Amino acid sequence: MKSTSVHFHANARAALNDPVLQDALKRLKAGFVVKRREALEGLPDFPAMREAASALKKHILDHLDIYLEQYEAAVRRQGGEVHWAEDAEQARRIVADLCQRQGLRRVLKGKTMVGEEVGLNEELEAAGLEVVETDLGEYIIQLAKEPPSHIIAPAIHKTRGQVGELFSNAHDNDMSGANAPELVAEARRVMRRHFLAGEVGITGANFLIAETGSNIIVTNEGNGDLSATLPKMHIVVAGIEKVVPTLEDATLLLRILARSATGQRMTSYTTLHTGPKRTSDRDGPNAYHVVLVDNGRSRMLTGPYRDMLHCIRCGACLNHCPVYGAIGGHAYGWVYPGPMGSVLTPLITGLDQAASLPQASSLCGRCEAVCPVAIPLPRMLRELRFDGFDQGHVSGRGLLRTWAFLACRPRLYRRISSLLLAAARGLARRGWLPALPGTGAWRRARDLPAPAAQSFSDWWRRRQ
Amino acid sequence: MSSTVGLLVTCLADLYRPQAGIATVQLLEEAGFRVVFPDQTCCGQPGYNAGDRDSARAIAQRVIAAFEGCEAIVAPSGSCTGMLRLHYPQLFRDDLSWQGKATEFAARSFELLEFLDLHAPELAPPPFPFRTAWHESCSNLRELNRGGAGPRWLKRIPELELCAAGDPEVCCGFGGSFAVKFADISGRMVDDKARGFEEAGAEALVGNDIGCLLNIAGRAHRRGYPLRVHHVAELLAGTAADDPGLGGVR
Repeated sequence: MKSTSVHFHANARAALNDPVLQDALKRLKAGFVVKRREALEGLPDFPAMREAASALKKHILDHLDIYLEQYEAAVRRQGGEVHWAEDAEQARRIVADLCQRQGLRRVLKGKTMVGEEVGLNEELEAAGLEVVETDLGEYIIQLAKEPPSHIIAPAIHKTRGQVGELFSNAHDNDMSGANAPELVAEARRVMRRHFLAGEVGITGANFLIAETGSNIIVTNEGNGDLSATLPKMHIVVAGIEKVVPTLEDATLLLRILARSATGQRMTSYTTLHTGPKRTSDRDGPNAYHVVLVDNGRSRMLTGPYRDMLHCIRCGACLNHCPVYGAIGGHAYGWVYPGPMGSVLTPLITGLDQAASLPQASSLCGRCEAVCPVAIPLPRMLRELRFDGFDQGHVSGRGLLRTWAFLACRPRLYRRISSLLLAAARGLARRGWLPALPGTGAWRRARDLPAPAAQSFSDWWRRRQ
Repeated sequence: MSSTVGLLVTCLADLYRPQAGIATVQLLEEAGFRVVFPDQTCCGQPGYNAGDRDSARAIAQRVIAAFEGCEAIVAPSGSCTGMLRLHYPQLFRDDLSWQGKATEFAARSFELLEFLDLHAPELAPPPFPFRTAWHESCSNLRELNRGGAGPRWLKRIPELELCAAGDPEVCCGFGGSFAVKFADISGRMVDDKARGFEEAGAEALVGNDIGCLLNIAGRAHRRGYPLRVHHVAELLAGTAADDPGLGGVR
């Protein structure tokens, strides 16, 4: 997917002035945050599980090569094939080739964020294939020709009315004014036909199990299961960090994933797929392929961003982020929004393409506090700011260096600040400053109190 | 002989709310400490958060050196204490000659209420007859793990009616230069925050981070919502009741 992260400021402004989006964001805050809190109240072990999950992820990354090879061998044992994609282009190419070589044209897609990351749909459509997103949210934004705005609720920014309009245009069936159950029934009616006609099913994976060669997907619609089992070929697209050693390990992560994401104890469907159909099986694909995507991940293994590979894509950091809550997901300009996106986007697409993202945070730390695998997101945002400063992506360098020069010279600092205080006091009106040069940004939303008549430093010196 | 406490007043309290610093001195002296105020400007956080590690390190080295000989360093701010305690050691994690000093300095650094909890738990503050809300700053809550400490102190103030407002876990949108670099987003966040206090009917807002307080006071003033905004030290020292607060006419 093409990134518009460089236009973050303009994107954010548009989002703040979009009343429909703002309504949707209010509902989001009330929904996911409250449900997660209630789910965790019923799980007193959560802090211990969080620690265990974080330790598990750390262990996996320390031995990632071993577990990936183990996983590959297990997939082969089960009759499947594993393909390694170094970058987005390779991943797209592998998937398109798999479809084209067998002459398969109708593609069903379960929800896959890594699929969005590598731009799968564009490639498949350009190759003349027909691609249908089967997750309701993904289907809605596919009709709207928009990227997802949330990693687990891709169409969270759409209203019921907008969905009705989209369905009316796409289905030859007037759905304007339809209520939610009617819209779901309509989607189901249309989707059934696609499921029965699909020739290739592409899904993501929440976990890849090294001991069994299975992949696990969690959904609430069952669409992933139908996409994986009905067509002739099942292609799993997953980042290399999704591997876990055993089924036992996956259950720990499953328990914290759903609670953190939607506040459910478990999602409606938790499905394991292991290899293609066996001779004794009645259903299932004839071919089972896994495309393991690196796309910058192994680069993250060394250096300060390693912990970002702990991420299990629950979306809790988005749901609790006040910046995401103000502007929604599209403003971030790429596939992954919110705090995890502000770390991942610059690391995958390049800091020069997304220099504003790590800056666009008050570093309030709530993302880290709610992260079920304890990723130190504020620390990583700061690390990216260090990188950005070193690479010249930070505006106001001159001002910063002037400030630092003064901050290292207390006497000079005091003399200058006393002069500025006196000037500001002279201009103040009833305790507040008027529109002075340099105060424009601050004063856009709030007033600026006048500084004190006498600084603490001056008071102290007079007192001595 | 009484112990020596070094006051790190913070750059914002120095220029915007010296009353907070003066009240802090009074509280520490009443608790029996000798207060010193070494030459200082800022803790270095603006540079640190902007990505300028070199500037932050240079300032941090000055601060650490200036407070040598103080048994404790007290700052009337969660945010600056977080900087001293958590981020100074981070800044020097690859610098063997400063790493030890930074870690040792971090261990001597305290936020004011934290220090009073340890050394002046019997302190009896005078009355403050207003319906008052506490602003929980993010650094106080999540960096220092001191959530709830502020309200516990407010409950001990006679005639103060403590009111719960909004969600204390949610940031006010200050975030240092964030408030200016992303003024629109920050503006939305602070409006949510100020509205929460207004809807709860708070007459006064009290916290321990002048940055957040400036932000919220500024938004309340823009909304036309009369709100007295004070640093908690002013209430505990008894200087708040007769003072109009941040932005008030003196």
